[in-house]
Amino acid sequence: MTKTGDKSCINLKLKVWRQKGPDVKGRFETYKTRDVSTDMSFLEMLDVVNEEMILSGKDPIAFDHDCREGICGACGAVVNGRAHGPEKGTTLCQLHMRHFSNGDTVVIEPWRSRAFKVVKDLVVDRSVFDEIIQAGGYISVNTGGAPDGNAIPVPQAAAEKAMDAAACIGCGACVAACPNASAMLFVGAKISQFTLLPQGLPEAKKRALAMIGKMDELGFGNCTNEAECEKECPKEISIENIARMNCEFFKAGFL
Amino acid sequence: MQLDSKIPDGPLSEKWDRHRFELKLVNPANKRKFKIIVVGTGLAGGSASATLAELGYEVMTFCIQDSPRRAHSIAAQGGINAAKNYQNDGDSIWRLFYDTIKGGDFRSREANVYRLAQISNNIIDQCVAQGIPFAREYGGQLANRSFGGAQVSRTFYARGQTGQQLLLGAYGSLSRQIAAGKVRLFTRREMLELVVIDGKARGIIARNLVSGEQEKHAADAVVLASGGYGNAFYLSTNAMGSNISAAIASYRKGASFANPCFIQFHPTCIPVHGTYQSKLTLMSESLRNDGRVWVPRNPEDKRPPDQIPETERDYYLEEKYPGFGNLVPRDVASRSAKVQCDMGKGVGDTKLAVYLDIKDAIERDGRDVITEKYGNLFEMYEKITAQNPYETPMMIYPAVHYTMGGLWVDYNLMSAIPGLFVLGEANFSDHGANRLGASALMQGLADGYFIIPYTIGGYLAQASLDTVREDHSAFNESSLQVETRIKKLLSIEGKRTVDDFHRELGHILWENCGMTRKDKGLKKARGLVADLRAEFWENVLVGGSGKEFNQSLEKAGRVADFLDIGELMVIDALERKESCGCHFNEAFQTEENEALRDDENFRHVSAWEYRGEGCDPVFQKEPLEFENVELTQRSYK
Repeated sequence: MTKTGDKSCINLKLKVWRQKGPDVKGRFETYKTRDVSTDMSFLEMLDVVNEEMILSGKDPIAFDHDCREGICGACGAVVNGRAHGPEKGTTLCQLHMRHFSNGDTVVIEPWRSRAFKVVKDLVVDRSVFDEIIQAGGYISVNTGGAPDGNAIPVPQAAAEKAMDAAACIGCGACVAACPNASAMLFVGAKISQFTLLPQGLPEAKKRALAMIGKMDELGFGNCTNEAECEKECPKEISIENIARMNCEFFKAGFL
Repeated sequence: MQLDSKIPDGPLSEKWDRHRFELKLVNPANKRKFKIIVVGTGLAGGSASATLAELGYEVMTFCIQDSPRRAHSIAAQGGINAAKNYQNDGDSIWRLFYDTIKGGDFRSREANVYRLAQISNNIIDQCVAQGIPFAREYGGQLANRSFGGAQVSRTFYARGQTGQQLLLGAYGSLSRQIAAGKVRLFTRREMLELVVIDGKARGIIARNLVSGEQEKHAADAVVLASGGYGNAFYLSTNAMGSNISAAIASYRKGASFANPCFIQFHPTCIPVHGTYQSKLTLMSESLRNDGRVWVPRNPEDKRPPDQIPETERDYYLEEKYPGFGNLVPRDVASRSAKVQCDMGKGVGDTKLAVYLDIKDAIERDGRDVITEKYGNLFEMYEKITAQNPYETPMMIYPAVHYTMGGLWVDYNLMSAIPGLFVLGEANFSDHGANRLGASALMQGLADGYFIIPYTIGGYLAQASLDTVREDHSAFNESSLQVETRIKKLLSIEGKRTVDDFHRELGHILWENCGMTRKDKGLKKARGLVADLRAEFWENVLVGGSGKEFNQSLEKAGRVADFLDIGELMVIDALERKESCGCHFNEAFQTEENEALRDDENFRHVSAWEYRGEGCDPVFQKEPLEFENVELTQRSYK
């Protein structure tokens, strides 16, 4: 890593996946970019490339992004074969160019999964994640009439574990990293959050069956313990959540 | 036009109860006959959509993102206030009300703020019931921490991701209603026009951001929860997509815009470091619980921070404000940092930063305790700056963060256009001239879960609305307006990119309508913004077409609207010849350089009514009555 305050610049060769739409064949295109400040974020580097493309009348690279502080889950691309790039526990917007070297070739592709259709270039359709949540990723409580917040004590350790799972940002990196394009880390995290809290227990069985059923229906693969999802998750969510999900599934089905 | 705030009669603590009783109700069987459009899926829009659908209304919800879960409320870090008094430290609804009114420098409505404080407790209960993993004490009770502008500990939190967790709670409730068929969700849609028929809001024109198709949607009421306009400054803590277009479109159709010059500069952000920079990142205010802010006493001191001895450090907040110390409100903390840097005492390469030092807290509580509280914030800081906050003090500087101004609404959250309701940051209602930390989440959820569900019923029950369909001529007219504007943007084919214009606008506003303001600078800015807007409409280069996924076109429309709000901001700042909260005009300050209000002449909300392109907006005044609190010079000493 370069030292603090190092204002050095690097030159890169980018190989970027370009695809006009979901039903059009895509291909890699190569762009050279010069004088990239190592203090830039990856997306700021793409901003600069896009500015040049607009000025020269070319179609800029489409990519999803919003908060640029690693929490909204909008951004994401496979960079040199790694979801969100080479740094552990980092979203693409929080990846900085100081992690690249002068002369590097950087290959940038969208998430690839049968369930995520390409919208354009690096933008994919992740609405299937919303559909899984709609199947049961909540506690069924209407607004109003909730008891006092302190009426149900929650052990601190349980709250912390629930929070570990709830930290999921729904970016889809787990699916992109998995050789089976499985969504089990995403689903397991939501199921775990509610299983670990007393408020979630009344619907635990129904929730597990509904969410897992929906996940299968939408064409996601199954887990074969590759643990690539955990490795690439920008929030470092543990695959123990998948184990907990499986446990909930068995409880719901057989007990 | 006269602005009527419709504040109910009666004693402060009874106003909301009384009003809820007096509001007309819609019979449960009739609710399904009413269609409501909600624009935005942040805390306010998400909670409103879910709750209105639970009540039985037919709801259509729109967001620009690919999923409602990505609205920028997700990025709120520190927490949410409530007057629970779980800490037994003297909190009460009255104290939260008073702190908020005072924090806003007496430029908000007593009745609204009191209602907010009352509802704050219901919000916590609701969120716990939804399974939000709030921080807990060992005994299983909810934990609290302190935030700026308060001397009690009333902030509930989920690590540094409170906004995320609250939003996912609202998103869960919204998802449940989508599954139940009560909400129809439209993602990647941008509202570009409000449709007004017979003086009432009856629908919107939205652009499908994937196909570029225009869509017409009719309804009985429209609820805007589309956020603030901080991105007018180009660099802010807002998300890249945060914009003012829905609100500005409504302003052009007759909704007045209130207090546009009230802009919050958040004191603890990671400083600017390069011209290519696209946004600024916030470090939660909660860090000021345990962090100490300082600069070297000697402006010439070039030593690294760990070599500067205690006696040569200026802990300027603790010195000037011993009562609140590092926990003074945001406006005071931000301005103080600017004053230090203006004196040449800033640190880092740009000299536009101050230290936020966590070292004493680590020595006092141990590294583990501090990591548990702030670990994720430190990781984020290190990712961006490549510096380790455990070892060297963080460098921070104020950044544009939140806009207290917004569309004018009455006590029912209805704008100057009947049937158009405005919630959350998009309205102006509760924070006066400065918002206290952890109060935005509170207001967004109060508006969405607990206010609009009642007040919209009161409107629908007595509005006697005709049936309106999408083939009404007003929809065609609005649709044509949208199409004409898009064609214009694409046809200019000039030489400067959208971002280039946006950066320049941001620079003009930051220099002249920022943390401190002068009449001279504001007048200059007015001319500069007008010139820039004229150039934009002649020289912008967008590229691509309108019938496709075109992110450059999306930005172009938003920047065109930022140019308009930028001008309005400056006009408003010029009109308010006093200093209050975040609005600090150097001509109006106390001997101790604090904001000097002029209650006799400016104890009012300034609202602006649109009068057509090229015309100056018309000033409207809503006087603020204070019957329960005494107007004082704010002191945090």
